[in-house]
Amino acid sequence: MPTEVTEEQRNADQVSGLDALELGPQRKKGQLGRRIWSSTWPKLLAIVIVIGIWQLVYLSEWRPAYVFPPPADVLAELGELAITPKFWDGVQLTMTRAITGFAMAVAIGTLIGAAVSRFAPLRAAIGSLITGLQTMPSIMWFPLAILLFQLGEKAILFVVVIGAAPSVANGLISGIDYVPRTWLRVGQVMGMSGLAKYRHLILPASLPSFVSGLKQGWAFSWRSLMAGELLVIVPGTVSIGVRMQTARDLSDAVAVIAYIIVVLVIGILVDQLFNASDNALRKRWGLTGS
Amino acid sequence: MSILETTDVRTGALVRIENVSKQYGSGNNTLLALDRVSLDVQRGEFVCLLGASGCGKSTLLSLVAGLDKITSGTLDIGGRHVALMFQEAALFPWLSVAGNIELPLRLQGVGRAERRQRALELLETVRLGGFGDKRPHELSGGMRQRVALARALAQNADVLLMDEPFGALDAMTRDILHDELERIWREQELTVLFVTHNVREAVRLGDRVILLSSRPGRVIEDFKIGHPRPRRIDSPEVSGQAAEITDRLRAEVARHAH
Repeated sequence: MPTEVTEEQRNADQVSGLDALELGPQRKKGQLGRRIWSSTWPKLLAIVIVIGIWQLVYLSEWRPAYVFPPPADVLAELGELAITPKFWDGVQLTMTRAITGFAMAVAIGTLIGAAVSRFAPLRAAIGSLITGLQTMPSIMWFPLAILLFQLGEKAILFVVVIGAAPSVANGLISGIDYVPRTWLRVGQVMGMSGLAKYRHLILPASLPSFVSGLKQGWAFSWRSLMAGELLVIVPGTVSIGVRMQTARDLSDAVAVIAYIIVVLVIGILVDQLFNASDNALRKRWGLTGS
Repeated sequence: MSILETTDVRTGALVRIENVSKQYGSGNNTLLALDRVSLDVQRGEFVCLLGASGCGKSTLLSLVAGLDKITSGTLDIGGRHVALMFQEAALFPWLSVAGNIELPLRLQGVGRAERRQRALELLETVRLGGFGDKRPHELSGGMRQRVALARALAQNADVLLMDEPFGALDAMTRDILHDELERIWREQELTVLFVTHNVREAVRLGDRVILLSSRPGRVIEDFKIGHPRPRRIDSPEVSGQAAEITDRLRAEVARHAH
């Protein structure tokens, strides 16, 4: 029956024609170099502005040069640090602490978050406590940490973990809480229950919120770590915090500011990593505006 | 179980709803959503539930899907599997289009190669061959609903429940998806329970149109739609019958003016 074939063909054409119209033409992405430049120049401009203001304040002689050094001196100090192996040992020690502490915080925070969202009584018991812990300034923990663990690595780790774990837990909890209802209904009709429901629906669905929890947790653990390195001087170590403290003791303003910049740069770089993964996720899910 | 099975044989119904009521809340603050609703759906039948707001049509679908419990009456689907589609496609954004279709198969324990094969077939069925590797957000609304249909088909359900699945689409897309749904329903010998507030859509698609009253939901009338298929939504037969049902529906809505 030739007419039936054409009828079927016409239907198929209508469907795929409509699809093609609705999808519209693909936009070109533009060259890679141009895209990198367009996202970099505003940042460079911001740095130039900050250094410019700094230089102006220096020129106004608001404070003597040995307390408030000019940018050129600090940049020279940074340049010198960059070729000092001992400085990199310090960075390595600090980063090892940061990564260890953060990893522990992620493990503990994830466990607590999963437990709290799974068992209602647990949530009633410690749900608000977690949020309370999050607002607690990490420096408040150090006296207790030092009593518990003496002046050692463990004291620093303790504070880093307790500072970051609540954010990680809260990220997971709110991710699980806000899984859309229709997704849960779809899952239920598909026959998901128990572990399969977590594996195939709840955990992947809570991923964006979990990633923002991780990002926030990192920020808290980095702050706690810096406070810890200034307060808890572990004998024989030369972390960034120790070097900073030494510079202050020697009234070496150039070095103090140089270390502030080092800490800032590391913070920004790690934040960029989290942002990149967050953006990749949003793009995959189609949550971006464009 | 055996009693239910013999009942099935007697009536031949795939879904049997008898005097089902659904009440929400308790004490003084109750809402009767469904009041002694009775209706059967036979194997291979396309049944549309039609009503204005507050007629409990979506509630009824949730009850059949087992997402909610009935207050009184008998609801018997004989332990059969159902699949459910909503107004939004509700595809999972962390999976590709093919991954979404494969998910129910994965939950049933179907092997990887077979899963992939089946997903490809289903994509062809909904005319989305070649879109398997896309992400759901890269597709248009109509395409996403077809993926949702393919996912529902992958569940290998005995009854397909659809809750205003085309409600959010433009008229053109909806028309074409009516043709597609009718074709797939015929080819795959599906049994469909379809909820809508669009009278023409109900007459265009259904073998029967069940008109429900509002607050509480009761069955007002069970219209048999005998027009030959494939139908067109703008054909005189469909329009004529739609006008008749619309009058009944408007009379029902007007009743709530006082």
